[in-house]
Amino acid sequence: MAGDTLGTTPSQTVGPFFALSGGILWEDGPEVVGADEPGAIVVHGRVLDGNGDPVPDAVVETWQADSQGRFDHFDDSRGESTSFRGFGRCGTDPEGRYWIRTVKPGTLPTPDGATEAPHIDVTVLARGLLNRVVTRIYFPEEQEANAADPVLSTVDAGRRGTLIAAADSGGYQFDIRLQGDDETLFFAV
Amino acid sequence: MYPKDTAYDVAATTPAPSGLVLPSYKRDESSHPALDTEEYNSTHLRAPQQPLQVLPHYLTEVTGPLLGHDRVGETDHDLTAQHAGEPLGERIIVSGRVLDSDGKPVPNTLVEIWQANSAGRYEHSGDRHPAPLDPNFSGTGRCLTDSDGFYKFITIKPGAYPWRNHDNAWRPAHIHLSLFGQAFTQRLITQMYFPGDPLFYQDPIFNSVRDPKARERMISRFDLDTTVPEWALSYKFDIVLRGREATPFEDDEEDDD
Ligand SMILES: [Fe+2]
Repeated sequence: MAGDTLGTTPSQTVGPFFALSGGILWEDGPEVVGADEPGAIVVHGRVLDGNGDPVPDAVVETWQADSQGRFDHFDDSRGESTSFRGFGRCGTDPEGRYWIRTVKPGTLPTPDGATEAPHIDVTVLARGLLNRVVTRIYFPEEQEANAADPVLSTVDAGRRGTLIAAADSGGYQFDIRLQGDDETLFFAV
Repeated sequence: MYPKDTAYDVAATTPAPSGLVLPSYKRDESSHPALDTEEYNSTHLRAPQQPLQVLPHYLTEVTGPLLGHDRVGETDHDLTAQHAGEPLGERIIVSGRVLDSDGKPVPNTLVEIWQANSAGRYEHSGDRHPAPLDPNFSGTGRCLTDSDGFYKFITIKPGAYPWRNHDNAWRPAHIHLSLFGQAFTQRLITQMYFPGDPLFYQDPIFNSVRDPKARERMISRFDLDTTVPEWALSYKFDIVLRGREATPFEDDEEDDD
């Protein structure tokens, strides 16, 4: 038997002053892939508060499979390998904008035999957020896969649209609304 | 082949239809602050108001970035050695282990820190506190835990600083930390505090953690044994990330005899 369970360390806000030289906003943070990567896309958008105003001091982090649905990770028991970084991180600018250059992820199997539609897991950090908030980006052209996705299909139909990016030239736009009538759906992960 | 008369739980061990077996991480909501903590003003327009939807732990959640040595430079763990001269302030060692909630070390995982200088000022254009900047201190560091989950930073003790949350509000001295663990589920941003700080009682961020025992887990421990005589004081701080749910396989092992 394992010993007594240790209590986890509580979360605290990232605060307003994380954007320091040599700090968590790496120079190559938004570049999950290089500009010359075949199939590279840019996912961009804005982080907005309850008044619809930009959040200029947020961090958007992304985590995803590669275009074949693979992860470079020991807990991916499918035994396929990839050198794909998968992780993106971008601080928002004064207009609340972020961007990530990546590739569109592949579909993923689940243990119970379903198939997840292509998606990107997102963490948002900011002053005023005492814990990270987590959402997912889905893709607008994947209507069939989205309808069968075991996560998206359980989201209230009225809010499902907040998880689906809009296609635009060269990529996708995905705004994150922390509050308001069209508040983005956030997950307890 | 298994003896056919064994009381054997087929459902627990037959591979799932897809053949994919994934771990699952324990939920630990009770450790964390509520997003809508009224006393912290910046939550008012930023904390989501709708209930969170529970996300099952599938492939994207149980994997995560395993960021390697190429992210960590030689002086990144020593915030006193990143400039031509040494920063002003009380030199300290901050060290400890990154563990999961079952006490298992989390090896080779990136730990990032940032902090104010000894006068309580960040090297950030948005910091208007009229305290001096220190040309020898940037206030950022990173390291990887070793194979037993140990990490160590050398820095200076950060100063307390005022903010405008309420009348005469001051943040207790703290160091910000960012941890990745080994899965998306384990990502943690937190702050480490110092023992006996007289500013705890009035700080809505520290007190946003309602459980007093959980609050204590954010306070480092002064440790005379790991001080370096005539050079630096030492604080120990263990960080506990979410552990895994027991798997059916582990349960079965206990029944094997
Ligand atoms: Fe701070």
